[in-house]
Amino acid sequence: MTLIRTKIGRRSFIRSSALAGGGLMLGFSWFASCKNAEEAEAVLQMPDEWFEINGFLKIGNNGVVTIMSPNPEIGQNVKTSMPMIVAEELDVDWNNVIVEQAPLNTDIFTRQLAGGSQSIRQGWQSLRMAGATARQMIIGAAAQAWGVPAEEITTNAGQIKHEGSGKTAGYGEMAAAAVNIEVPEEVKLKEISEFKIIGTSRKNVDGPKIVTGQPLYGLDYQEEGMLIAMIEHPPAFGMKLKSFDEEGVKAMPGIKDVFSIEVYPDDYTKLWADATVFDELVVVVGASTWEVMNAKKALKAQWEPFEEYKDAYDGREQIVPAGLENTSEHYNKLETMGAKLAKVVRRDGDPEAAFKNAARVIERRYSCPFLAHNTMEPMNFFAHVTDEEAKLIGPIQTPEYMEKSVSARLGLPLEKIDIQMTRQGGGFGRRLYGHFLVEAAVISKKMNAPVKLVYSREDDMTYGVYRPSYLATYRAAFDENNNLTAFHVRAGGIPESPLFANRFPAGAVDNYLAESWEVGSNISIGAFRAPRSNFIAGAEQSFLDEVAEEMGKDPIDLRLEWLAKAEKSPVGEENDYDAARYAGVLQLVKDKANWSTEQPGVHRGVSAYYCHNSYVAQVLDMTMEGGKPVVDKVTCAIDCGIVVNPDAAVNMAEGGIVDGIGHAMYSGMTFKEGEPQQSNFDRYRLIRNSEAPKAIDVHFVENEIDPTGLGEPPFPPIMGAVANALYRATGKRHYHQPFVQERSLKG
Amino acid sequence: MATYNLNINGKTAQVDVDPATPLLWVLRDHLKLVGTKYGCGIAQCGACTVHIGDGAVRSCQIPVSSVGEQNITTIEGLSEHGDHPVQQAWMEVDVYQCGYCQAGQIMQASALLKHNPNPSDEEIEATMSGNICRCGTYTRIRKAIRLAADKSQNS
Ligand code: FES
Ligand code: FES
Repeated sequence: MTLIRTKIGRRSFIRSSALAGGGLMLGFSWFASCKNAEEAEAVLQMPDEWFEINGFLKIGNNGVVTIMSPNPEIGQNVKTSMPMIVAEELDVDWNNVIVEQAPLNTDIFTRQLAGGSQSIRQGWQSLRMAGATARQMIIGAAAQAWGVPAEEITTNAGQIKHEGSGKTAGYGEMAAAAVNIEVPEEVKLKEISEFKIIGTSRKNVDGPKIVTGQPLYGLDYQEEGMLIAMIEHPPAFGMKLKSFDEEGVKAMPGIKDVFSIEVYPDDYTKLWADATVFDELVVVVGASTWEVMNAKKALKAQWEPFEEYKDAYDGREQIVPAGLENTSEHYNKLETMGAKLAKVVRRDGDPEAAFKNAARVIERRYSCPFLAHNTMEPMNFFAHVTDEEAKLIGPIQTPEYMEKSVSARLGLPLEKIDIQMTRQGGGFGRRLYGHFLVEAAVISKKMNAPVKLVYSREDDMTYGVYRPSYLATYRAAFDENNNLTAFHVRAGGIPESPLFANRFPAGAVDNYLAESWEVGSNISIGAFRAPRSNFIAGAEQSFLDEVAEEMGKDPIDLRLEWLAKAEKSPVGEENDYDAARYAGVLQLVKDKANWSTEQPGVHRGVSAYYCHNSYVAQVLDMTMEGGKPVVDKVTCAIDCGIVVNPDAAVNMAEGGIVDGIGHAMYSGMTFKEGEPQQSNFDRYRLIRNSEAPKAIDVHFVENEIDPTGLGEPPFPPIMGAVANALYRATGKRHYHQPFVQERSLKG
Repeated sequence: MATYNLNINGKTAQVDVDPATPLLWVLRDHLKLVGTKYGCGIAQCGACTVHIGDGAVRSCQIPVSSVGEQNITTIEGLSEHGDHPVQQAWMEVDVYQCGYCQAGQIMQASALLKHNPNPSDEEIEATMSGNICRCGTYTRIRKAIRLAADKSQNS
């Protein structure tokens, strides 16, 4: 039996109350007024009265349950899977559940953030506890009403039963009394074998709204009297605003005002979710999006190069160098740095001696360009700021952090900042950095009106916060019997290194060396789906393929051999993966892909990686059609512990795979004199329907380990599988992303 | 500014806007039909796809002045109760991740099936390649179109 102390986050369980007709959390007026709310009512009979048992859920007098989804929804489907966990422990019929996006409330909910694939992992205990605690209180109410011991009462799908007396009731009948039951100190959680909802596929709760085009996203939000604002940011990194001419623009139809704003004044200390870069912007405000877009085109602004400066962050300082950077120079710098000794981050055994005494050494270099996140829904935010308070509505992955930033920027107390989360048209890390929310707030304050800030695709793509450009050099040493004697990785990037020194094959190799380096830049960067892993996984897994080839071994068998060693007699202390689980996904993919059976004309690449607490192995099948590579099939094996919502988990894996193939093959951002050279989807190539795999076959390792995330882990390894399959299909190794336009490198 | 009487989703709607305003922004800003999405503004992503007559068009490229009396259908008007075979197939397959591109995908797919009720896999891929899904739901989009086609074939 699993008992869990309810102490953690107990504040959320203290206040129980009855709410008449609908209760506290009705959602936003605009969103709530949509047709779909009525449709939901037509299907589910709404209760006359709601009883809030704790911050996570309320129960209606007719047994209908509302469960709050605490975290931002960016397409990872937590709005369905997190409430499923609550419903499981509450023991209700999923068909009787309504899901609502929770308000931002850090007193009740912990970590209201979408990032690091952590929503399910870190929410697991508190979500279960919320459901189990409420169930216990319902049972307590029934025990009092019937005068029987609580221990003799059982529940099933929203029904309460006392076997001895034959008494039964629905949750709704006991909800009113349950709010007065003392919050239990300790509650019993279900055994995994008792799960009825977790582990079964449940459809996306927003599905009916998505397919009928209901207003769900930040960009859809509208309010009476709302103005539209757009920004003009410097056209190049390394530039700042010099002057602008607003006169003609102000007179254009629909335009209310043109002015510049300081997003982050000099004396403002940035928090980590405030992206660095364009601190001063020109703003155009008007009545409608099209009018503002036109005015923005007519705007004449002058920009000038900035001098090197220091950005003050909470707890650190960052030097932003001057200069207008070019991609060709970036690659020169990467090459130069990659050829030099760098900072040693890990050394096992005596790698230097092993390389010196080697019979043979292979060395390979891998690189990748900057990437823009390109969420389908561009950056936007609604703000209504008055002297007393600020209301902000829109798509943000870090509402908790941005609440603090907006509070500091506006000089308003934290409790006067109300941030409401909408469904988000993609995140991928881009919406961790909420400068656009601060911008919206500053603009609304200046206009003294409700304002929706909208980025055009061009504004969005050229603003920065990119995935950095990286380079990794790998070396392997062999003795005369073709045994590996040493392994060396030296990795770096602009402006950060992608290295994870303690990941596989660290721990499996006696002589191991890892070095790291960095090159400064004024191009702003940020987390991009599986930060750093999104490059290093592909590089490492491609190199292992070459090592296996050198050794005359099957690439899966070689990895399994090394993992067996890492499990039995690990080298070094700090290996941040579980070798047995790692090997488990490789075994599973080997089996499911029929790896040992060759198919004529099918060229296969394998890859496996561990990140964000989950393990993924993939086999990619490629065929050549008219001289062009086609991805026929990807077989994928995943160990992310207990799978909460299997079909949705498969969807995440499919998406990660398509995304990874796309970025490895086609995408990249380049710069000329600091200016991004791709500003829309005509020049920035994203993977298209016809380029996606013909089939994706996803399998999960079945175990009873607490669940870990899936938003990121399936994404990084597929890049290695693509490269390895391409080699088998074309006879040529690919080292530099994007592979379709591989830059030619000397050496 | 000029006044236009548009036939949208079986109703007439009057707007007073600049003649060059793209239909996309007339729908979203003036008529509050925000199901049609903005993604690129240059006919590259398909998020803004609507039907004019029976054909799928990119509403970001259609000046409101060129629409005239043609019938416009948006995602909100594709079916009265959200039960168009393509919408149903989308829900059955649970296609979406973030969902932002899906109105455009559904409008493109429903126009395809209207013209070609039983498309080949190649035809599906070719037609749907103008619609970007950044979340990578392409395999599910194909599956849902196949499902909708098969269902209509068998009914
Ligand atoms: S917004 Fe029209 S095609 Fe992208
Ligand atoms: S579902 Fe997110 S862009 Fe398609």
